[in-house]
Amino acid sequence: MAAPESSAAAVPTLYTNNALRNAFGGVLAFFILLLIGVMAFSIRLFSVIKYESVIHEFDPYFNYRVTQFLAKNGIYEFWNWFDDRTWYPLGRVIGGTVYPGLTLTAGTIWWLLNSLNIPLSVETVCVFTAPIFSAFASWATYLLTKEVKGTGAGLTAAALLAMVPSYISRSVAGSYDNEAVAIFALIFTFYLYIKTLNTGSLFYATLNSIAYFYMVCSWGGYTFIINLIPMHVLLCIVTGRFSSRLYIAYAPLVVLGTLLAALVPVVGFNAVMTSEHFASFLVFIILHVVAFVYYIKGILTPKMFKVAVTLVVSVGLAVCCAVIAVLVALVASSPTKGWSGRSLSLLDPTYASKYIPIIASVSEHQPPTWPSYFMDINVLAFLVPAGIIACFSPLSDASSFVVLYIATSVYFSGVMVRLMLVFAPAACITSGIALSQAFDVFTRSIKFQLPGIASNTEVDAAETSSSTAEAQNDVEKSEETSKNRPSKKSKKKEKEEKPLPKAKAEKKRLLALPLDSSVISLLLLILLGALYVVHCVWAAAEAYSAPSIVLTSRSHDGLHVFDDFREAYAWLRHNTDVDDKVASWWDYGYQTTAMANRTVIVDNNTWNNTHIATVGTAMSSPEKAAWEIFHSLDVKYVLVVFGGLVGYPSDDINKFLWMVRIGGGVFPHIKEPDYLRDGQYRIDSQATPTMLNCLMYKLSYYRFVETDGKAFDRVRQTEIGKKYFKLTHFEEVFTTHHWMVRIYKLKPPKNRIRGKTKKPKTKTSTTSSRAKRSGTGKKNPWH
Amino acid sequence: MAREKSSKDNAKALFHSLRSAYAATPVNLKIIDLYVGFAVFTALIQVVYMASVGSFPFNSFLSGVLSCVGTAVLAVCLRIQVNKENKEFKDLPPERAFADFVLCNLVLHLVIMNFLG
Repeated sequence: MAAPESSAAAVPTLYTNNALRNAFGGVLAFFILLLIGVMAFSIRLFSVIKYESVIHEFDPYFNYRVTQFLAKNGIYEFWNWFDDRTWYPLGRVIGGTVYPGLTLTAGTIWWLLNSLNIPLSVETVCVFTAPIFSAFASWATYLLTKEVKGTGAGLTAAALLAMVPSYISRSVAGSYDNEAVAIFALIFTFYLYIKTLNTGSLFYATLNSIAYFYMVCSWGGYTFIINLIPMHVLLCIVTGRFSSRLYIAYAPLVVLGTLLAALVPVVGFNAVMTSEHFASFLVFIILHVVAFVYYIKGILTPKMFKVAVTLVVSVGLAVCCAVIAVLVALVASSPTKGWSGRSLSLLDPTYASKYIPIIASVSEHQPPTWPSYFMDINVLAFLVPAGIIACFSPLSDASSFVVLYIATSVYFSGVMVRLMLVFAPAACITSGIALSQAFDVFTRSIKFQLPGIASNTEVDAAETSSSTAEAQNDVEKSEETSKNRPSKKSKKKEKEEKPLPKAKAEKKRLLALPLDSSVISLLLLILLGALYVVHCVWAAAEAYSAPSIVLTSRSHDGLHVFDDFREAYAWLRHNTDVDDKVASWWDYGYQTTAMANRTVIVDNNTWNNTHIATVGTAMSSPEKAAWEIFHSLDVKYVLVVFGGLVGYPSDDINKFLWMVRIGGGVFPHIKEPDYLRDGQYRIDSQATPTMLNCLMYKLSYYRFVETDGKAFDRVRQTEIGKKYFKLTHFEEVFTTHHWMVRIYKLKPPKNRIRGKTKKPKTKTSTTSSRAKRSGTGKKNPWH
Repeated sequence: MAREKSSKDNAKALFHSLRSAYAATPVNLKIIDLYVGFAVFTALIQVVYMASVGSFPFNSFLSGVLSCVGTAVLAVCLRIQVNKENKEFKDLPPERAFADFVLCNLVLHLVIMNFLG
């Protein structure tokens, strides 16, 4: 009786060992996840440490201004806000043209903290929103990869995403832009979709739709989700993986998702009328047809089913062709085939450079270079193919989704460098799967070959690999009838388990790699991970933490700080009237309205090409013509960024070619060849007279010769062409410390016009002669 | 002639077999099917109405049609989960399926009420 007793004692320890191991694993995973979140948060704090807690770049300033408005005036005012401080005199409807997700999120956090009596300012909340949501995004990656491959892969993928430089670049502390919350929403929506696909639960389908709504609120890139998921459903149908779970995962998402997307004012009726959403409706119809066919097949006999098929095909084909013809005619009748400009430039990369120069001029919309892949995803670049192969063994619905996601995101990241950000989570997921599988193989090889542990590994194999579920079921069954016959059940289980693990252990030992090579490979993998970490920390600290509103440079006499932008905006704020209008190139519009609180003519939203072309024309025209244009727009001050004294390369002279091109695209009297000498824009002695007389040249180089006597431009590396000149229609009111921002005021119109005196007798003749003169073929609309 | 006759016979036989196969489904599934048919019919009426009088408050039309389509889709999901012949959902209690159905409908109709204008 000793054997059954020991086996009776072995059963509870087997169960408790298992439960203990699971519990320990769960707690360990929880702490690892906590640490990953902390790491994701802290690696993005370099800019706060090196500079200060300030908002970066251009777009975040607009979001910050909107959040300030929301915090001050509440949500109803926010929805109905018409902003008259920008795009003067047109204004901008903020409620209907902004993606509200980011500002509502930060506003909610601020309101929550303040109601708990933690008085953080709006700026602090805005600066730290991105790191917090990157921690959430890494947890969402853990959940998503766990659904695909298991906990180990999930933890690896989460750790990789927390540090990947591509995501860091758009979510440092201070980068208060849409992508900060949108990437979290993207990964979370995909996680809920996969979870619904795996479980078939309508509850998760509802959550999926709500997460998709949050994504639509946050970013224009939601069209990626609403096109990728239908593509995946189509892939599943075509590869024969249609199941009722697929229907439950997709159909409620389409209906609820379209409705929720139409609720967001920015999207509105575009949710049902633009081509970006048509794929979802088409796949919706296809899914219903396929589901119906499967249902009919299930209730009919095969012979009858064939009859049904021939009948339906003959009748249905004619109807189908008619409907398709109507649809095609409808779509083809619109010139862009129903797609928006930005989506078209994604599908046809040459579209923007041919038709929409504004989209082509944004540096984020250029295709990436090869080194940027290694900079942005580093080690993951060669782990991704291994991950794709790992997804195929075994291929499930979830892993086919991951493969599709990475294939499409690689293509789109190749078109536009900004979309590397969408590629990064896919790369992390597949690399996490690959790394985790590799670790699995190596550690298993080591475990099966370490001497002395071999005898215990059989019991280990019995506990872990011989389906713990079965063991638990047996244990449960034995618990139910334990009062009656404990010994017999445990004996049977022990017997049937003993031959099983032996066979499995043998099989596993056959699949194991040699001990020394697996140890070395394990060490090399750890080294790979270490190199990845080192690179990520370096990229976060050196490359992606610059706030671009404050510049620094190191020289032999220490660190120089260039705070010229804020100096200029502060001057504007304190030395001009509240209602004064400031004209500059569109790059600085958001910062001017947010920091200087003055009305601007054009800003970074770039929704009105003609207005931007007007400003571009003014910058490219001679002084008098430019004065006329600005005077007609009620402009009082003109702001110009000039980097020639300190060598700041992103100044307005370098952007001048876009002013000419965009202006010339709308006003044909601006011709680009007038400004080119031998196909190049030059500002030295070889420059064309048009260039030397245009407003941009004059405003940039006025009195520049007084700095060093030779007027040497450090960016263009030459001396300028025209050094001594006076301004007739503008007067300089402020130049910052390093001459980086120069502000000019429009001189008021003269009281007396020299040479032309208005006599009342000849009034009608002068007006008629003036009308005749303007009618005789002068193409310049400003005279 | 013979082919037409055989095709007509085939159509009749098909219709009969479809009818008999459908009559064999349980009553609760038939009730759900009736509900789905009602929802689709209501959607069709709305589309016909829009075609005749124009689509001016487009958001109202959209929310009306999508609410009908949405309830139909959710009812089909319920039918899938409650169907005893479906092997994938055999350990899902029908009460849980119904609770999910009610929750999803609540969210759908909340959105509809908001969008109706």
